[in-house]
Amino acid sequence: MTARMKKPSVLGTYSTSKKSKIDTKTKKKIGISAYIFFVLLPIYWLLNMSFKSNEEILGGLTFWPSNFTFDNYAVIFTDPTWYMGYVNSMIYVSMNMIITLLVALPAAYAFSRYKFTGDKHLFFWLLTNRMAPPAVFLLPFFQLYSSVGLFDTHLAVALAHCLFSVPLAVWILEGFMSGVPREIDETAYIDGYSFHKFFVKIFLPMIGSGIGVTAFFSFMFSWVELLLARTLTSVEAKPIAAIMTRTVGASGIDWGVLAAAGVLTIIPGLLVIWFVRNHVAKGFALGRV
Amino acid sequence: MAEIHLKTLAHSYSAQPNSPADYAIREMDHVWDQGGAYALLGPSGCGKSTLLNIISGLLSPSEGDVLFDGQRVNDLTPAERNIAQVFQFPVIYDSMTVFDNLAFPLRNMKMQESKVQKKVLEIAEILELQDLLQNKAKNLTADEKQKVSMGRGLVRDDVSAILFDEPLTVIDPHLKWKLRRKLKQIHEQFNITMVYVTHDQLEAATFADKIALMYGGQIVQFGTPRELFEKPNHTFVGYFIGSPGMNFIEVSRSDGGVEFDGLTAPLDADLLDFLAQIPSNNLKIGIRPEFVHVSVESITGSYECDVTHIEDLGTYKILTLELAGNVLKARLDEDQQVPNNKAYVSFPKQWLKLYVDEYLVEGDSK
Amino acid sequence: MNKVENNKAWWLVLPVVLLVAFSAVVPLMTVVNYSVQDIFDVNTAYFVGAEWYREILQDPRLQDSLMRQFIFSFFVLLIEIPLGIAVALMMPTKGRGASLCLILLAIPLLIPLNVVGTIWQVFGRTDIGLFGWALTSIGVDYNYASNPIDAWFTVLLMDVWHWTSLVALLCYSGLRAIPDAYYQAASIDRASGWAIFRYIQLPKLQSVLVIGVLLRFMDSFMIYTEPFVLTGGGPGNSTTFLSQTLTQMAIGQFDVGPAAAFSLIYFLIVLLVSWLFFTTISHLDKAK
Repeated sequence: MTARMKKPSVLGTYSTSKKSKIDTKTKKKIGISAYIFFVLLPIYWLLNMSFKSNEEILGGLTFWPSNFTFDNYAVIFTDPTWYMGYVNSMIYVSMNMIITLLVALPAAYAFSRYKFTGDKHLFFWLLTNRMAPPAVFLLPFFQLYSSVGLFDTHLAVALAHCLFSVPLAVWILEGFMSGVPREIDETAYIDGYSFHKFFVKIFLPMIGSGIGVTAFFSFMFSWVELLLARTLTSVEAKPIAAIMTRTVGASGIDWGVLAAAGVLTIIPGLLVIWFVRNHVAKGFALGRV
Repeated sequence: MAEIHLKTLAHSYSAQPNSPADYAIREMDHVWDQGGAYALLGPSGCGKSTLLNIISGLLSPSEGDVLFDGQRVNDLTPAERNIAQVFQFPVIYDSMTVFDNLAFPLRNMKMQESKVQKKVLEIAEILELQDLLQNKAKNLTADEKQKVSMGRGLVRDDVSAILFDEPLTVIDPHLKWKLRRKLKQIHEQFNITMVYVTHDQLEAATFADKIALMYGGQIVQFGTPRELFEKPNHTFVGYFIGSPGMNFIEVSRSDGGVEFDGLTAPLDADLLDFLAQIPSNNLKIGIRPEFVHVSVESITGSYECDVTHIEDLGTYKILTLELAGNVLKARLDEDQQVPNNKAYVSFPKQWLKLYVDEYLVEGDSK
Repeated sequence: MNKVENNKAWWLVLPVVLLVAFSAVVPLMTVVNYSVQDIFDVNTAYFVGAEWYREILQDPRLQDSLMRQFIFSFFVLLIEIPLGIAVALMMPTKGRGASLCLILLAIPLLIPLNVVGTIWQVFGRTDIGLFGWALTSIGVDYNYASNPIDAWFTVLLMDVWHWTSLVALLCYSGLRAIPDAYYQAASIDRASGWAIFRYIQLPKLQSVLVIGVLLRFMDSFMIYTEPFVLTGGGPGNSTTFLSQTLTQMAIGQFDVGPAAAFSLIYFLIVLLVSWLFFTTISHLDKAK
């Protein structure tokens, strides 16, 4: 059977969809711009408020401060009860990041390279901790950390947060490590590297973006969390989040300062995103958050 | 079917190309006739995938025109040019059955379901997929998936051309020849213009009526497999086609011919005249291993050389010889006498080619 | 990866195990302990078995809170998942526009939870907030402090603002993983935009979406700070969700026994869904 093809009209009966191509692209641009506008609007409002005095804020609604002032920020930078909050938060967040990485790296390596009794169950158990409601741990944590004398210390908060950041870290790192073939390890041993040297000099650089992603996520979790951080601290290690929630003065809420404080909490996040932006895209790509 | 004309076509990936090196495709002018089966052959990086994408419309050329049946289609997408393309790895819609995969292009064209049914069954039979029609596409083997990819291109009546970008890359070797034959069969049956990109000369030779050999962004020769074998236009063609490739010896002018290391090879008068007129000193002679005449005893016009290696490949042998510092390969049939240490080779004039600046010089008598 | 069988790997895992055990197992044991005792003071405690569990499960406070929680999580998923997918589809695919988009979208995710609450607390007020003011100026009667519907609306809007980016970023990375050839083939096959979404993008997004759905369910089910700062759980207890009820019991009222029982039930629900999570992902991985 020889089928003979009909000679086609080369350009077909299709409208050159160039016009609708442009429309779809513009539609997308409009759509994403609208959503980003929605995201940025409340933040703009916060910024707006932070540059106004309380009188102006309560006096009437203005889109831009009529009397632009840095006073609110000045309060925060000069009053230790305020700026120590930031310092405290920074301290325990950094501690959390370091502890998490130190502990998670060898564990992730083990899960990636080895089979051992109970490995699947262990991995699952770790994951379940990520899923634990923090509220469940409030009272026990309070008692536990008090009993070991760690109440109101940065270490306490850092450790408490580890409960959630470590499983996540192990999970993300394991994913990245599994992307590095075993052959690399074996070659290094043949070349005479000790495990320690191999791990630090060869392996770690290869999973650089994995470490970046992990650091990012553990920062993210620890920086934003309030409940545990507040429960485990009172004076010495009080995080900025707790200070903000207790800002009710005799004359009512100090909106201007509160707004300024809020703005200042967003900045570390921005910096972190900026530094790890390329790595985070890869991290999300593994689908492991 | 369409006649595809590439007119003064060139392509550079950079915005301001300065030198030929910036061009992925150097200026070319080429016509692919209606209904032909063509191979676009060349080593990695020679520009064949770029050229294919320009033909299909996935890439718009930076210079020149692409004409389908005389009409300029530079700005049209593959869909608008009615091109079907098969990629290196199978591209199928995982969530659909094989039947739905094949029917997809037709349904998008709002074809009547009864006609769709008929067409899909027809193509499925040709590709031997009829038993798999109800299976989910994602559960197929690689070659079955690739067949489905091809099927989607064949199922449309109005394709102007089907382009294949190294489609057998993921296929098991023993299934490759089966699919190649299938493609050839389809071409004979439907007579659609097909352009097949590959770096494998065997694939190209078995599939195509005519091969376009690309090198450095240019089509250096366009002809039947036999033409490419017997009359390579360019030293690259000689080197690339054939296994092993053509032998080349650098030569310089001498009386009555050319000479290398004190040995002379005579040339016909018209070639000598030509040589006298051009100043270039990049001269080579080339001869294919298949055409090198090897004998155990000296005969007139032969050169003595050392036998360095003999490779026995069953029905033939490959001899590696050393002649005045040049390495030569010669091919011996199984019943020919095999020399031991010394051999005498001669180059029959009709197979000895002269290359000036890498290009073939043909005599008038030919 | 061909894994080598080696039980010495336990040494590598030991630090993690110890840390998490300290952080989790010990406190949990305490909770279990409390949940089966009636504690009057440090020295006087009676074993009461499953009494707290029975009481709790019949407590209307818990039942109401649980109901509210499920409704909340339901709406969260209903809005955030499709919206997240839509945002991911609209994002630019490469170049500086893409980086900028990623950074801007990630901002809500990095704001401390209480600040999120504060932002919306202010934003929604009719006197000092842009949103509240805007609504009232166009004649809408809106007050999240006194009207439960308005309160729910505001809490949901806040959560959407806060977390949709996560779904969007997950889906975005899933979409980036689709090779161009699929889109090219679809264009050659003359597929419509909808067909491309349905047959190419959605199937490839499956595994990423499972993660997104489960994470959003979990985190919304455990939500505490943001609604607490925004509405305090009010008006009344119309926006009091599970975590807040539990916290009230544990800390506010020092009803340790019932609080502990409640905690465990809460945790069990979460565990159940975790298990679903794990098995679904493993199945997907195997299917690949």
